[in-house]
Amino acid sequence: MSATIAEKIFSQRCGRPVRAGEVVMAPVDAAMIHDITGPLAVRVFREMGGERVFDPERIIMLFDHQVPADSIPAAENHVFMRQFAEEQGIHNYDLLEGVCHQVVMEKGRAAPGEIIVGTDSHTCTYGAAGAFATGIGSTDMGFVLKFGALYFRVPESVLVEVEGAFGKRVGAKDLILSLAGDIGADGATYMALEFTGRAMREMSMAGRMTCANMAIEMGAKAGIVQPDAATWDYVAARRDIEPFDLAGDEDAAYAERRRYDVTDLAPQVAVPHNVDNVVDVTKVAGTKVDQVFIGSCTNGRYEDLFEAAEVMGDADRFADGVRVIVIPASRTEYLKALRAGLIERFVEAGALVEAPCCGPCMGGAFGLLAPGEVSLSTSNRNFRGRQGSAQALVYLSSPATAAASALYGEITDPREV
Amino acid sequence: MRVWKFGNDIDTDAIIPGRFLTIYDPAELAKHAFEGTRDEFAKEVREGDVVVGGSNFGCGSSREHAPLALLGAGVKVVVAKSFARIFYRNAVNTGLLPLVSAGAEGIRDGDAVTVNLADGYIEANGKRLPIEPVPGFMKEIVDAGGLVAYAKNLDEVKRCSTE
Repeated sequence: MSATIAEKIFSQRCGRPVRAGEVVMAPVDAAMIHDITGPLAVRVFREMGGERVFDPERIIMLFDHQVPADSIPAAENHVFMRQFAEEQGIHNYDLLEGVCHQVVMEKGRAAPGEIIVGTDSHTCTYGAAGAFATGIGSTDMGFVLKFGALYFRVPESVLVEVEGAFGKRVGAKDLILSLAGDIGADGATYMALEFTGRAMREMSMAGRMTCANMAIEMGAKAGIVQPDAATWDYVAARRDIEPFDLAGDEDAAYAERRRYDVTDLAPQVAVPHNVDNVVDVTKVAGTKVDQVFIGSCTNGRYEDLFEAAEVMGDADRFADGVRVIVIPASRTEYLKALRAGLIERFVEAGALVEAPCCGPCMGGAFGLLAPGEVSLSTSNRNFRGRQGSAQALVYLSSPATAAASALYGEITDPREV
Repeated sequence: MRVWKFGNDIDTDAIIPGRFLTIYDPAELAKHAFEGTRDEFAKEVREGDVVVGGSNFGCGSSREHAPLALLGAGVKVVVAKSFARIFYRNAVNTGLLPLVSAGAEGIRDGDAVTVNLADGYIEANGKRLPIEPVPGFMKEIVDAGGLVAYAKNLDEVKRCSTE
């Protein structure tokens, strides 16, 4: 019987055909917890009578939201989690490696066909590796820590076929913002987005992660990029695994099929205060910005930093009066950027380059905005109050648009630079 | 009981901003509920008040601090035209009852409201609005009083069973 990728993954993991709409208690292949949502998950695990976690090898623990600890409660959370890791024999990446989703991917902890949960809504990022990955709350995670399984409603899927070739300085982030604008913030609620097509196959793993990352911004449970040779190359370089076919069937019962041609797509910007409030950059060009943030699990990879540096060209300074914060998504990406000379360029141009972490993205640790300030961010959310004051304005864009805007101190079309 | 009415796409950052996520105690979280977006909420909310949203209530983060902040404020029921997936599940798991009602939009701020679960309706300002039943397996969790209570006496789960 024909099936979507999501249905195939649940069927394979359950050992019998499972269809969209069915609610199953499915085993999880990996579970990710971090410093903010982890402590509550551990408390719930204990309240449920949990003594030993289902499998310490399948639990990924790290700290990224408030690192290094920015308050005593944050430091206490870190201590609490370290003690739990030691007690349970869980490997803890601690605060050394970077942002959770980037770390899970680059350590090869996600692979095609797996079911992965994480106590962070952007866990859907691992769909770039062909996994069914979804964000859950801490109580659900307490259950997972104890039982190694969780109830899932197998979702219907929306097939997103992306054709054509991106123009100069237009890429994955522009595609996914454009999609969010079309589908809407709740347009894919309870569903999986399955990405296929030429433009997806030609997209780097970094770009695929950007797309899968933002599936949640349309309400989706998962965003899965159909695995291909590039997926297998990426995963097999990180763990011992044999490739297999995992594609949605031509005649599968997709809830919807959407086709995009990115050839003439302009750089996109999400304007305050909703992610689906998306316009061509030309509509908001000239808007003054106080802060530019290049980083996060959406756009903090080497490719993103490289793109930003490329847009800078031989400019030697960012615009006066603009705070530019650059945060590589992981230690690995930081080192790559450092060795390629990108970090030096950013610092020389006046950027604050911070150690890998979530930074201003979730408004927890630093880089917060004052009332009335305007930020352009490569992260995934521009909710009111997300990056500090509820009276601040957050715009979202690609790294190319962010870099161009940092050069001029106002939102700038990167194609014009 | 009275209504605190909100619009569409109320996100988890609005319910509880990121800078308070090192707090886990519902009563402490409640002090910062809707801080920055509706400051009078934390001060004036009373035990048993009902939060009513439009569509996509609770979109955004997986932070369970959001339903906990509402529970800490004494809110036991949230009514919306539709909910974001993770928030809905977190609410059920923590014992905050999320009720879907197509009529949510017609409810106004400050309306007096009663909830009749047995007969499946809410009554706001004298008008009866039908609510959708909580889906099957989630009903069990609601009836148990949340996922912790549900899981407490469970030794193992039957994998790949269908509920």
